[in-house]
Amino acid sequence: MIHKEAQSSEPILHDSLQSEELLVNMGPQHPSTHGVLRLVVRTDGEMVRETVPYIGYLHRCFEKITESVTYAQGVPYTDRLDYLASMNNALAFCLGVEKLGGFAVPERAAWLRVIVAELNRIASHLISFGTYALDLGAFTPFLYGFREREAILSIFEKLSGGRLLYHYPRIGGVRADLTPEVAGDIRRFLVQMRKAWPEYNELLSENAIFVKRTANVGVISGARAIAYGLTGPCLRGSGVRFDLRKNKPYSAYERFDFSVPVGAGIKGAVGDCWDRYWVRMVEIMESCKIVEQALDGLPKGEIRGKTPRVLKLPKGQVYVPCENPRGELGFYIISDGKTEPLRCKARGPSFCNLSITSEVCRDVLIADVVAILGSIDIVLGEVDR
Amino acid sequence: MTMETIHALLRERFGEAIGEWPPPETGDPWIGVKAEAYHDVARFLRDDPALKFDYLRLVSAVDWMGSSGAESAERLSSVLHLYSFARDHEVTIAVDLPRDAARLASVADLWPAANWHEREAYDMMGIVYEGHPDLRRILLPEDWEGHPLRKDYVQPEEYHGIPNV
Repeated sequence: MIHKEAQSSEPILHDSLQSEELLVNMGPQHPSTHGVLRLVVRTDGEMVRETVPYIGYLHRCFEKITESVTYAQGVPYTDRLDYLASMNNALAFCLGVEKLGGFAVPERAAWLRVIVAELNRIASHLISFGTYALDLGAFTPFLYGFREREAILSIFEKLSGGRLLYHYPRIGGVRADLTPEVAGDIRRFLVQMRKAWPEYNELLSENAIFVKRTANVGVISGARAIAYGLTGPCLRGSGVRFDLRKNKPYSAYERFDFSVPVGAGIKGAVGDCWDRYWVRMVEIMESCKIVEQALDGLPKGEIRGKTPRVLKLPKGQVYVPCENPRGELGFYIISDGKTEPLRCKARGPSFCNLSITSEVCRDVLIADVVAILGSIDIVLGEVDR
Repeated sequence: MTMETIHALLRERFGEAIGEWPPPETGDPWIGVKAEAYHDVARFLRDDPALKFDYLRLVSAVDWMGSSGAESAERLSSVLHLYSFARDHEVTIAVDLPRDAARLASVADLWPAANWHEREAYDMMGIVYEGHPDLRRILLPEDWEGHPLRKDYVQPEEYHGIPNV
């Protein structure tokens, strides 16, 4: 090629600068895809012209399986959807079953559910914080995030016996009561988390390189976010103040005082990667507030309501949405009067949030694709189900 | 606006294409819509200033085969869950389709969010969404046979030499 160019009368520079489009296969085994996601990227030099995501590598037939197991047996399967927020998944499923069956949940159980759901939200956002920094080339924040998350995992281990998959919320209540020891652990964790949070910001949020990589990158307007069905921090990062815990309270959330942070374009444009990241950071502190209030005012009483031994739900259908760390998780449960559901559809936030990648990852730098994907914060276990 | 008011509004405009209002004894209500009117109803729900359903929550498919007591168990349903941020109300639209020729207009042109949901309903239940910009399988490989969430689906014994047992 070079030989030929040297012989021709055309300037060499002109020929060698001709660009060709190149298809790059990113994943399924790529650290920044957070699991097994494959992106086919059409590049023109450093610019990405088109991104096509391929999913399904982690498909484990969740919806088919739920049609052959009873409702109570279905709860542990939900743990495995978004495995970084098992408590929240099981809570959403239990709320759906309880609504259709008309089962009452004791006040104490509802509050305990709030405590574990919020702790799990913090744990999930800590992973997001750590891995996002890792995606962008900073290793240290990952260690900080996992240090605080470890305390939450120990608390969950004492409560439920599990460190990743808890099976703690049960239909009609929760599995075990809060012991004074665990309550003390949670209070110690809150102190630790509040002390560590400013460190996080010094380390990453205000870091000049991090801000350069994320501010004004991957901007999603509020209208586009709604059109694509984004929820959770991705929606709020775009400036839309909507949080199911506030707007459609469930499981006693109306009893707690907390605020809903939204993206304000502090470092760049509203709805950029930094805004989505920052919403998660602020939510960590808001969750601490909720946990503290729940511990202070925890009502006394039963932790499990009365549910029949053989659970047969009446005919009907129900859709109950919950605010998971990544957005709206809803179970659309249809019963035809048997012990197993006729259909149980999981509407997961990661699946919907990921569907916007083709639109956002267009005419951006290759490195920005990683930044955008990390800021959307997906868990492939839930995308593929 | 409650779903009953929305039903009355739709009934007034689309007449017979909208099903009766049978509030179920338990669970959430829904509005039945005939397949021919589905896309027009969806557009009306999105654009009417009093309704303004801007957020598509979910498109899902249901196979009623073998369900006890349903009027006709030999059918599929495509179910649309909508919510309005602007008006703070929600609606559920269900369309019944024959099992052997399940075709329905796509609403991906109205809400981009429908794109992936409809692909999944096609992949898992075999509903063909007409006018969809890119109707491919989404979770299963392209060369997979059958639609696994159908009640009469038989699991193949092997896939490219990989046993399924």
